Amino acid sequence: MKKNEDAAAKKKPKTSAAQIRVQKDLTELDLPATMKTNFPDPADLLNFTLTITPDEGMYKGGAFTFSFAINTNYPHDPPKVKCTQTIYHPNVDLEGNVCLNILREDWKPVLNLNSVMVGLQYLFLEPNPDDPLNKEAALEMTKNRDQFLNNVKSTMRGGYFKSVQYDNVLAR
Amino acid sequence: MAAAASSSDWPGRYHHIDQILDKPGPRTDPGFLAGDGVKDFLRGQAKILVIGAGGLGCEILANLALTGFKDIHVIDMDTIDISNLNRQFLFRQKDVGKPKATVAAEFIMKRVPGVTVTPYFGKIQDKDEEYYMQFNLVICGLDSVEARRWINATLVNMVDPEVPESLKPLIDGGTEGFKGQARVILPGITSCYECSLDMLNKQTQFPICTIANTPRLPEHCIEWASVLEWPRVFADKKLDNDDPDDIDWLYKTALNRAREFKIEGVTWSLTQGVVKNIIPAIASTNAIIAAACCNEAFKIATSSAAFLNNYFMLIGTDGVYSYTFEHEKRQECPVCGGEALDLAISPELTLEQLIETLTERQDIQIKKPSLSTPTKQLYLQAPPQLEQATRPNLEKKVSELVPPSGEVTVTASTLPFSLSLRIAYTS
Repeated sequence: MKKNEDAAAKKKPKTSAAQIRVQKDLTELDLPATMKTNFPDPADLLNFTLTITPDEGMYKGGAFTFSFAINTNYPHDPPKVKCTQTIYHPNVDLEGNVCLNILREDWKPVLNLNSVMVGLQYLFLEPNPDDPLNKEAALEMTKNRDQFLNNVKSTMRGGYFKSVQYDNVLAR
Repeated sequence: MAAAASSSDWPGRYHHIDQILDKPGPRTDPGFLAGDGVKDFLRGQAKILVIGAGGLGCEILANLALTGFKDIHVIDMDTIDISNLNRQFLFRQKDVGKPKATVAAEFIMKRVPGVTVTPYFGKIQDKDEEYYMQFNLVICGLDSVEARRWINATLVNMVDPEVPESLKPLIDGGTEGFKGQARVILPGITSCYECSLDMLNKQTQFPICTIANTPRLPEHCIEWASVLEWPRVFADKKLDNDDPDDIDWLYKTALNRAREFKIEGVTWSLTQGVVKNIIPAIASTNAIIAAACCNEAFKIATSSAAFLNNYFMLIGTDGVYSYTFEHEKRQECPVCGGEALDLAISPELTLEQLIETLTERQDIQIKKPSLSTPTKQLYLQAPPQLEQATRPNLEKKVSELVPPSGEVTVTASTLPFSLSLRIAYTS
């Protein structure tokens, strides 16, 4: 009987290292109230979104959503993260690509989802015009900070600005 | 078996190898059976699996066959490309387009009489544990981290402490240009592939803002085309690295970008190299690493000498440097670390009661555990949405959620990594 059960156990799928790591990362997230995850399919831990609602800084009042896609080679490969909205930010381009070092060139398997999320939030507290992805926004930020602040505020309400249509990202 | 094995042997065929096998030496294992016993095992019984029939695989197959292994299996999912022919010497021009495993197997069998090479053209993931159980040894000559992680985890999971044959030594070779490594993994005993995952050299990646704004290298232009432009232009189409049309589009896009920034050096083959992360393969590095791997396979199969403990690295970029060291097992390794626990419970026990049992156990000291099976989450403590979604399971009987002898993975911040439970039901 034991032999048969053993044989049956061998046939079954094993929990992959990536799965265990993601479960560990997610259940041990230590997020401030300004960040919230959402799982469109709660059974799928590999695809979800993160919404950041900064409570200070120039992006205060907005709710910014990022999609996370984790592949089976995690944590060797970093999660793929994109902003799902069109926003005006020096480090996020109009396609939603994000310039955050730990998402690409500085990713290491010892980092985890929490580090990525905290890194993303930091971009809203301290946008970095020295590593621009949206060059125009970065230029504005260094040259004319007041104008930049205005642009941030107005684009967060949505609508056209310099022939780009931005999404309304005001927190409800 | 011995008779069958020797029928194709001619006098003196293994003269040189027999020098090693006919008498013990100062470094031989006490269990070494000099003479016919060990020769019978090597030539008549040992069954060895080679994963990968590329640059390393061709060398490994040839070495094994010439060393006296006679029952060799080989798996490879690729077909032969013309660019392989400079170093993958089991293939000829006429073979381009054919499966590597099949062509390599035929070549070896034709060239080395009496050797059987059984090819499988496909993925290692197609095969189950029963398949891997038939081998005495596994040698990998792979170029993919993902495949290595898979076979490593599979072999580690196969180990049953009560069945010594379930432990399959894994010899892993790898090369990158002039650098290489060979290592011996005794699943569950020595450090495993996953233990050393954070030692891996990452492929060079450029900051996305450099690619977007300040390209200086032809590689920046190519990355711009593949990382930023492709998804923008073809929102719903995935880039296929193996499709020449896709590479062509990237090449042209990168070339225009390069012209705009007055950068020289974007070529079609560089484009392909960058997107496929091709590192020039050096035939001599492959030969050295394959030889090191096969040497270990021979020593393990025959016990004729102490085998590598456990990591050999070669750096041929400046002269020839090599270093051998023992890579240590990582306690928190998600594959071979962590604890496994056999748990016999009543079929009436609810999930909530199981969790209580776990938290009360002195020997594991677990707080707020999250549980899952390979196919579903049972109960997650966080984030709140997942806790809520899995909460209804708490009232259910474990026997409704987990099949007999099913695996449950437990994680908790108090555990170094995870705890694996194997559930049995008392009747």
